[in-house]
Amino acid sequence: MKNDNSIPDFSSKYDVLVIGGGNAALCAAISARRDGSNVLVLERAKEFYRGGNTRHTRNMRCAHDEATDTLTGPYPEDELFDDLMRVTEGETDQELAKHMIHESKDMLNWIVEQGVKFQPPLGGTLGLGRTNSFFLGGGRAMLNALYETAEKIGVQICYEAEVTSLEIENGMFLSAEAKIGADPAKNYNIQAKSLVAAAGGFESNIDWLKKYWGEAAENFLIRGTANNQGSVLRMLLDKGAQEVGDPTQCHAVAIDARAPKYDGGIITRLDCVVFGVVVNNRSERFYDEGEDIWPKRYAIWGRLVAQQPDQIAFIIFDHSVLKKFMPSLYPPIKADSINELAKKLEIPEEKLVATINQFNGSVIEGNFDHTILDDCHTEGINPPKTHWARRIETPPFYAYPVRPGITFTYLGVRIDKDARIQMSDGKPSANMFAAGEIMSGNVLGRGYAAGIGMTIGSVFGRIAGKEASKHVRN
Amino acid sequence: MSATSDLIGQSPLTKPTKAGGRGIEHSSENLNEADRLMTICNSCRYCQGLCAVFPAMELRRDFTEGDLNYMANLCHACGACFADCQFSPPHDFEVNVPKTMASLRAETYSRYAWPSFLSGLFYRNGLAISIITALSVAGFILGFIYFNNPDLLWAVHTGPGAFYKLMPHNTMALLFGVAFVAAIIAIIMGAITFWKDTTNASIAGAGSGFWQAFSDSFKLRYLDGGGAGCSGETIQKKDGRKHAHHLTFYGFLLCFASTSVATLYHYGLGREAPYPWWDLPVILGTLGGIGLVIGPAGLFLEKFKRPKELQDPDRFGMDTGFIAMLFLTSFTGLVLLFLRETPLMGILLAIHLGVVFSLFLTLPYSKFVHGIYRFLALIRSAKESNANH
Ligand SMILES: Cc1cc2nc3c(=O)[nH]c(=O)nc-3n(C[C@H](O)[C@H](O)[C@H](O)COP(=O)(O)OP(=O)(O)OC[C@H]3O[C@@H](n4cnc5c(N)ncnc54)[C@H](O)[C@@H]3O)c2cc1C
Ligand code: SF4
Ligand code: SF4
Repeated sequence: MKNDNSIPDFSSKYDVLVIGGGNAALCAAISARRDGSNVLVLERAKEFYRGGNTRHTRNMRCAHDEATDTLTGPYPEDELFDDLMRVTEGETDQELAKHMIHESKDMLNWIVEQGVKFQPPLGGTLGLGRTNSFFLGGGRAMLNALYETAEKIGVQICYEAEVTSLEIENGMFLSAEAKIGADPAKNYNIQAKSLVAAAGGFESNIDWLKKYWGEAAENFLIRGTANNQGSVLRMLLDKGAQEVGDPTQCHAVAIDARAPKYDGGIITRLDCVVFGVVVNNRSERFYDEGEDIWPKRYAIWGRLVAQQPDQIAFIIFDHSVLKKFMPSLYPPIKADSINELAKKLEIPEEKLVATINQFNGSVIEGNFDHTILDDCHTEGINPPKTHWARRIETPPFYAYPVRPGITFTYLGVRIDKDARIQMSDGKPSANMFAAGEIMSGNVLGRGYAAGIGMTIGSVFGRIAGKEASKHVRN
Repeated sequence: MSATSDLIGQSPLTKPTKAGGRGIEHSSENLNEADRLMTICNSCRYCQGLCAVFPAMELRRDFTEGDLNYMANLCHACGACFADCQFSPPHDFEVNVPKTMASLRAETYSRYAWPSFLSGLFYRNGLAISIITALSVAGFILGFIYFNNPDLLWAVHTGPGAFYKLMPHNTMALLFGVAFVAAIIAIIMGAITFWKDTTNASIAGAGSGFWQAFSDSFKLRYLDGGGAGCSGETIQKKDGRKHAHHLTFYGFLLCFASTSVATLYHYGLGREAPYPWWDLPVILGTLGGIGLVIGPAGLFLEKFKRPKELQDPDRFGMDTGFIAMLFLTSFTGLVLLFLRETPLMGILLAIHLGVVFSLFLTLPYSKFVHGIYRFLALIRSAKESNANH
């Protein structure tokens, strides 16, 4: 089942069917196969786009007791647990989280045995060099290694294979319907003794997002794959799986409004808010741009922009800070005066001039240092800018348009320590398991800590594969 | 969803025609594309562990033409960053660093060629080299016929001095000496231009990174793609190109050593070629020659195994031209070694000398220069990373 995507004969029953093609799915498939099962992976994407959001990742956060070649110091289980408690504000299944963190330790070895390579922390990654393991070449390199290993050990992989319905009876998976191949896609019925659902969240499903965000969701950009429509999650919930996580929540950051609708990935992010002011399309400021330091600040702006009219905002700064941060995907919009900038942005001109003048007039100078909470702030305006406030007065002036960029959603299916799906009647499913974003709400009820998404996927993927395989053998 | 895309397509949100880039116009399309890609990569940096190019990029926010030329020569075309990139084609961002760097690299070869009116030789390089080689071989054959009694050409010659019955040693030494010196001068001039274009430092400043660069190039450290392997064929790449390159490179050095020892024998000890099979020049030459037959053949095969997306079709002639020259040099040399006691020796000697002469002449205008510029780029990279630690 390589590039030719020839479709296998589905007449015989598989041991384990894995739905999805990202980190969680591949870890599950490899672990089940290594335990002797006959495994089929159905991945909705084309081969190039295989692996959903995993393609866009860079690192994972696993506990370890000692420094290694690729980690600068120990990160004990307790510390990782404390970090998780802090970012989720306690919204986590503590038992499950502790179990995951314990298992994460061995993950650093296991994943390397599956061919994944880590790089030593360099340059900008040093800040997370102790806690996070960085994939050499990033998430796509990591996936390439997992796919190669899976193929080598005999996992069957089908691309352009979208699961469209699941036959489930009393919490027992029987078979799946899948649309396979392009032009024309054909429908197949696939039977397996157990199921691992690893098909991601529903962040790419604008209609579903609209349920919570209304029409505003039309203007959201999706940072990752278009394939995570949440269809498998929906099927499981509809067939009685227990729900976990806040359905209304999603992780969103401010990204360049000119980014593509899907798959713009990491390079569309803009974290230059501290260097200027942020206005909406009425030319009004709406939030303290100097509130907190990275990375927390980074994650609140997606939500803030989502609440603005037409879900758009503009980061405005001047020439004096242009070279203080890295250029991103697109160059900023440039003008010689604030008036001209307003015209180019098509926002009220007089109002923008007034907003900037008012801001400039309220700046209390200090020692500017964007690496700490410095003493440059404003007085007498609302909202204030409590740190890093500097007058915007040196032409040319610049602006980045930003929109909310959705990273992932929190809603999922409840699982236990064996990654076994729990049904809404409180009983465990006989043969259904889940891993990755589709169940991340169990441990990540809210907030985010860099690298935790991949840890959830790998750890529960490996467990799900093993337990699914165990079910087959019993 | 269509409503949204329309909205996003409107001013002021109109996307620049291509992702990345800072609207800066350099003097060539390859430079503009390299600038665009380096700007994208600099906001991603996932590949920073793969090779020396990305760390060099991270030291800069903006890129001058010299910077881009330097990074292009620092790239070993291992292909890893293409297989690993989430934005490579068919993604809209069309990030293809290996291909862009390859095209830009080829452009720098003609940019730095000395004398500059010969830079055109890089354009249809395969053809240029073939013509020069054919002329050179023909020249030697005709020369042998013209200057010698034809009977001598087809006679069997053995023992020391056999070759010089066909061509006096001093003539041979003069001819090759001149070609060699001309090549060396042209290469040095190119190297100076490269160094000036890509650094602000004086040539003297090259010293400090020398040993690191020496070790990196002799081990072909960056052909590994950070340990993932280099040929970029399957994604978990195998080491084909690296091994073939090692054979070629060390084969080349052995052949060079063989010639040097033979020159010493001739002038220092008064011993004339051909030497017996157990003697140093023959042993070095044979080992080197074998390396220089298998190595280029391997490189040639790897070239066809490489994914098309990574290659610059315009460079095909240049790459294969140089590989072919190395192959022919060693192949004709080995054939000469085996048949030197037969009547074919005369004609084989003429062919071999013709090929070697052409190799010398075209060195500064062939893919050979990649080694020089890459070595200098590695020196600069070593200097930069020392300065930043
Ligand atoms: C830009 C970006 C950067 C990120 N960086 C990091 C990071 O550095 N570290 C980190 O830990 N996390 C990061 N994350 C979060 C991380 O991507 C996710 O937590 C992780 O990828 C989830 O893995 P998964 O296998 O569950 O889902 P995915 O990797 O998204 O895989 C889901 C798969 O399911 C397939 N699928 C969906 N529906 C169907 C269907 N009906 N039939 C068949 N297949 C289907 C999709 O095609 C896809 O392959 C990042 C996310 C984004 C968007
Ligand atoms: S090649 Fe792709 S993955 Fe690598 S740094 Fe550049 S944009 Fe990022
Ligand atoms: S050396 Fe390899 S990884 Fe580095 S830029 Fe060139 S092709 Fe990419």
